[in-house]
Amino acid sequence: MTDIQTTVLPDAPTPASAPPKTAAAAAREGLSGRTASVVALLIAVLWTIPTFGLLVSSFRPEADVKQNGWWNAFTDPSFTFDNYREAFSGGSGGEGLSTNLINSIVITIPAVLIPISLATLAAYAFAWMRFRGRDILFVAVFALQIVPIQVTLVPLLQIYVDPPFGLLPLAGRDAPAGGLYELWLSHTIFALPLAIFLLHNFMREIPGELIESARVDGAGHVQIFGRIMLPLMMPAIAAFGIFQFLWVWNDLLVALVFSSPEISPLTVKLVSLVGERGQDWQLLASGAFISLVIPLIVFLALQRYFVRGLLAGSVKG
Amino acid sequence: MSTADKLVQMVIAIALFYVVMASILLLTQRIRSRSGERVQAAAFLGPSILLIGVGLLYPACVTVWQSLHGAATFDPPFVGLDNYKDLFTDSQQLTVLRNTVLWVILTPIVSTGIGLAYAVLIDRSRFEKFGKALIFMPIAISMVGASIIWKFVYAYKAGDQEQIGLLNQVLVWLHLDTFNFLLEDPWNTFFLIVILIWIQAGFAMTILSASIKAIPDDIVEAARLDGIGGWKLFRYITVPSIRPSLIVVLTTITIATLKVFDIVQTATGGNFNTSVLAYEFYRQNFVAGNQGLATAIAVVIFVLVIPVVLYNIRQMRKLEAR
Repeated sequence: MTDIQTTVLPDAPTPASAPPKTAAAAAREGLSGRTASVVALLIAVLWTIPTFGLLVSSFRPEADVKQNGWWNAFTDPSFTFDNYREAFSGGSGGEGLSTNLINSIVITIPAVLIPISLATLAAYAFAWMRFRGRDILFVAVFALQIVPIQVTLVPLLQIYVDPPFGLLPLAGRDAPAGGLYELWLSHTIFALPLAIFLLHNFMREIPGELIESARVDGAGHVQIFGRIMLPLMMPAIAAFGIFQFLWVWNDLLVALVFSSPEISPLTVKLVSLVGERGQDWQLLASGAFISLVIPLIVFLALQRYFVRGLLAGSVKG
Repeated sequence: MSTADKLVQMVIAIALFYVVMASILLLTQRIRSRSGERVQAAAFLGPSILLIGVGLLYPACVTVWQSLHGAATFDPPFVGLDNYKDLFTDSQQLTVLRNTVLWVILTPIVSTGIGLAYAVLIDRSRFEKFGKALIFMPIAISMVGASIIWKFVYAYKAGDQEQIGLLNQVLVWLHLDTFNFLLEDPWNTFFLIVILIWIQAGFAMTILSASIKAIPDDIVEAARLDGIGGWKLFRYITVPSIRPSLIVVLTTITIATLKVFDIVQTATGGNFNTSVLAYEFYRQNFVAGNQGLATAIAVVIFVLVIPVVLYNIRQMRKLEAR
């Protein structure tokens, strides 16, 4: 929620010619360079080992995984893809993760596109249109960010199951698209206040003269929005898009409450695996890795936008 | 539904959405009268406001109302503040509150501390970018995935069996007794908290590193000319300079911690006295079927979040004003 202008990106280029020491560099010196490096290395190793252990475990044969720890793979190396095959196909008893992988994708794509499109439009209206009650409405949207989703889940579910005015129920056996609309709508609703607020902050930074001159030339709001705003807003939209993607992909609570078994995403499936097949460590390892490899790729590929979004305050509570 | 069905439904939903939005915009853009801008504002804002109103505002009010009612699904009796009384007197609920307090105190402080230390230690070092990415990575991992990762660290085998959990193996190597990390109350809560710290430290590190780099060099130079260095520089220059960012990080993590649900659900299923408010909300409503108590818990989370958010926003304003 900080203004993007005032924040400095961590990967901002530093002047090449004799960089002056920063406070941190100076403080580190005081700790004597070597101790500092050792402590930093220790933290880095501690932070990486758990994930590394999971990765190694996921490639070890079932018997090995159940018998001893992943570090034994170094003295007694033996690796296999069987765990991934079993996780995807389901193996002995139970359905495979491939269905849930598809579900996660099908849930996530509209749940990212729809709120971002709506929020960009709303942010434009708040930033560049003049109408009565604009400021009050904006403050109200801003304030609604603080509503924890727990507060809304129970009544929201009741609306989906039994909507007023004879509307089509979105939950239950006859729900359209197997109940997917519930998830898309819920994720959209929960994303909107923060998305509108953030995109509004970005939009206010675009010079007003640009809009004014376009208006003088006879362009309407829709043209200005499409031709001027959208291209300029792309970095901000990308930043929030990554956040919304990670939020929806990694979400458990909304999926547990609103998804029927047929459309449950990876996270829900993994939790039920932990409960029902908690001793099948090889399955947990490969399953968990399947679920985290896509967000990790997105994260590594788009880290720059990700950090920018983080510094702009896209941290959903 | 088959895979193809789902994909088709997805494409239909997206197409439907864009067609509807496009036609609304095209229909309203022609209006050029004085009231035109009002109509266009309604077209731009209407869908969002409608969704927020129906999906957030109305449910929040209903939840507050339901929290004053009993457990029955149909026509629950009005019970006043009884649910809240249960929440603060029932021994099981008191454990939930105790755990929540532990989470909310420990997670923000420890993750911010580690994030700050790491940001300082790695600043301008040769492998800064790579080192940051390592700590930062857990943010991209779901809490469910993170909990499974840590289950491999905490795994416990009784007796003389070979250990498959790293932490217990370390204890064996050190000739210490093994320990069932996720079972032994009250210590298990601390080990669950470690998982969230593991996730949040990267967030703290990123924000704090950016604000450390934003400290003007002349301040640091001046301090150094006065002979201040090392720990003193950190204590009297660095920390005061990044104070607003520190508070933003602390409050943001606090808010996230108050709503933590996934970790408890995945790691222990709320058993062995590890439940927290956000988990108890889910359990009471969808497992125990006590809607009154569940909504009361949701309201308590709401009430606890409000002051933290307000403080967070005030600090953000200060950051912006700089």
